[in-house]
Amino acid sequence: MDLTLSPSEEEFRDEVRSWLQENHPGPEPAAGLDEVMSFRRDWQLKLHAAGWAGISWPKEYGGRGATMIEQAIFAAEATRQEAPAPANVLGLAMGGPVVIAHGSDEQKARYLEPILTGEEIWCQGFSEPESGSDLASLKTRAVKDGDEWVVTGQKVWTTFAQYAKWCMLVARTDPDAPKHQGLTYFLMDMEQEAVQTRPLVQITGEGEFNEVFFEEARVPDANVVGGVGNGWAVAITTLMNERAGLAFGAISQIQNSLGRLSKLARETPSGGGTAAEDPYFRQRIAQLHIEVETMRLNAYRGLTKTMQSGIPGPEGSLGKWQWADINQDLTELALEIEGAYSMLARGSEHAVAGGAWQYGFLRSRANSIEGGTTDILKNIIAERVLGLPRLR
Amino acid sequence: MYFDLNDEQQAIKSTAHDFLGARFKSERIREIAASEDGFDDAGWKEMAELGWAGLALPEEWGGQGLGAVELAILFEEMGYALAPSPLLSNTIAGLALAAGGSDEQKERWLRPLAEGSLRGTPALIDAGGPAEPMKFSMQPGEALTGTKTLVLDAGSADFFLVATADGGRHLVEKNAEGMTVTAEESIDPTRRLFSVRFEGVRPAATLSGSGEEYHPVFHRACVALAAESTGLAQRALEMSVEYAKDRQQFGRPIGAYQAVSHRCAQMLLETENSRSAVYGAAWAADAEPESLPLAASTAKAYASDAGWRVPDAAIQVHGGIGFTWEHDLHFFLKRGRANAAMFGDAKWHREQVAEAVLAGETAPASA
Repeated sequence: MDLTLSPSEEEFRDEVRSWLQENHPGPEPAAGLDEVMSFRRDWQLKLHAAGWAGISWPKEYGGRGATMIEQAIFAAEATRQEAPAPANVLGLAMGGPVVIAHGSDEQKARYLEPILTGEEIWCQGFSEPESGSDLASLKTRAVKDGDEWVVTGQKVWTTFAQYAKWCMLVARTDPDAPKHQGLTYFLMDMEQEAVQTRPLVQITGEGEFNEVFFEEARVPDANVVGGVGNGWAVAITTLMNERAGLAFGAISQIQNSLGRLSKLARETPSGGGTAAEDPYFRQRIAQLHIEVETMRLNAYRGLTKTMQSGIPGPEGSLGKWQWADINQDLTELALEIEGAYSMLARGSEHAVAGGAWQYGFLRSRANSIEGGTTDILKNIIAERVLGLPRLR
Repeated sequence: MYFDLNDEQQAIKSTAHDFLGARFKSERIREIAASEDGFDDAGWKEMAELGWAGLALPEEWGGQGLGAVELAILFEEMGYALAPSPLLSNTIAGLALAAGGSDEQKERWLRPLAEGSLRGTPALIDAGGPAEPMKFSMQPGEALTGTKTLVLDAGSADFFLVATADGGRHLVEKNAEGMTVTAEESIDPTRRLFSVRFEGVRPAATLSGSGEEYHPVFHRACVALAAESTGLAQRALEMSVEYAKDRQQFGRPIGAYQAVSHRCAQMLLETENSRSAVYGAAWAADAEPESLPLAASTAKAYASDAGWRVPDAAIQVHGGIGFTWEHDLHFFLKRGRANAAMFGDAKWHREQVAEAVLAGETAPASA
């Protein structure tokens, strides 16, 4: 057992740390998603030039070939320094790894480089209005027409669809096959009339996500990834890839939030002193620290296990579940500390911390829904970790 | 970075698992729990032969010289087996002797303790006081007067390490004049608690340590106890999963119902978190002592809750049968609940964490 970094890992961390310090572009533009995206495109170019885009990708495909521990170090360090996200998050974390794992040589030559530079943004077309947790029941149809497929249907929760060149689209190509077997994974060109996107306004009032409508949209047969009928297996690889590096970034992000929460408590009057002196708030804050620490240590235990076995196990679901719980508790506690002032939202003169916690409270409601709902994660844990019988 | 047991540690774990599983079957635990003194002499001798009495004590005084990680491994298995044994109290007494005793005192008491031929137990909490860790009111002096309570395993101990207001420790042998040992009725019949009355008792020795030396001993004790609670939770979880697979209602195993399976998933989450916190703290004790106090409080706070909540949830999974005396689960609940209150409860340890993190500097995030 050794919870310290090896000398070469420490060297890697120091390199990441000093590069980020020297190249950090400062905070993101406060308003306007277009401005934010163009800021993130510039940042990704800078990352790519220094070899930090696609660090998990093998070197032969333009990546850094970093070990899992190095990926974890990079994610933790970037979040700790509050570096912006690259513009093409989904292409780097999911699209590229899928093309590398399942794509043809032509596909690798065509798609990988523009993912790394951020020149082409990717989005993910999985969920549908009637297929959320039961993803394999999706209805978007793709019908063969010569050397093309004709796609009709609707996707939802599509982040960055309005900026995307490519959509990782899972569609039903064989309506008669059992539901997991009739699916195919396509790379759909979003720049065509038959594809329309509409922002989906969420409870925060923002439109991070979109609905995407396909009305006989065309996709060439050459854009099938992993073979016709193999869509489910290919999609699962994407979801596995999503988890590994994200965990450590998520933990650093919560550590940052916890630091801000402690500051809020120290600065907020409560009783005769501050909230940081109030025994009730002290207990709650301490409990959050304890849970974040257990999540961090669990993630390292999981990483050790994954490095030995080569594949992330279903235990990763515990971390996603716990992350959602903690993020929600944390923002709920912040509003409790603010007390009556928690009624004021962003843009209000007397809102505490510019209303950031009110926004965080609302945004975190989705944490137990996005990327696998907590209820479904509990099913996965019960069935695949504990071996309990399936309900279905 | 390698957060798992190495081969040697894995071997300690499986030896302990096999030995304890064979030695402490349900019937045997019940016999010991129902016996007059609650002490299992034959079991103790076997543990001593395995070297457990001195597992984490210095080699030069007859111990095995292993660290807090190995101690945590052993105590996790002790909890899993629900072993009724004075090993915990004896280990703490040994660690205190090793921390604060003179060479002469170590030769006389630590060596036989590490070899398993003498047993010691700490006498810390002053009756009627606030029972806060590391705060004592008994006055030091040539003769000790007062009552120590919640003393573990006093019925089978050969000597006591009595804490006084100055933070010192005084060694009193079991037959010392002026001392009365009275059994209390513990909620956990597998670990006995006693009160010890001292009326002008002359200690056989006073350790040279003045207080600070015993803080790492306290933190190691917290980690060992948190490990034991983790083992209790692990066993209760396994019993629940087995039961949920077998027990049929409405034509299906109850584990297929999400009300039951999600409860089991919650039990797994708490057990794994508890284990991670324990091994993080045990590692800190051996390799990064400056982070031990925070890590130990993190582990003890978490395991205090999980150690009884998981067995409590297990009783709910089992339904009516889980509420019967005949089923073993109540012993796990009782041990877990007693552990939760021992060596500082979750609230006390959370306050230590709050003190550390609200001071303005957050714990440095590794990596």
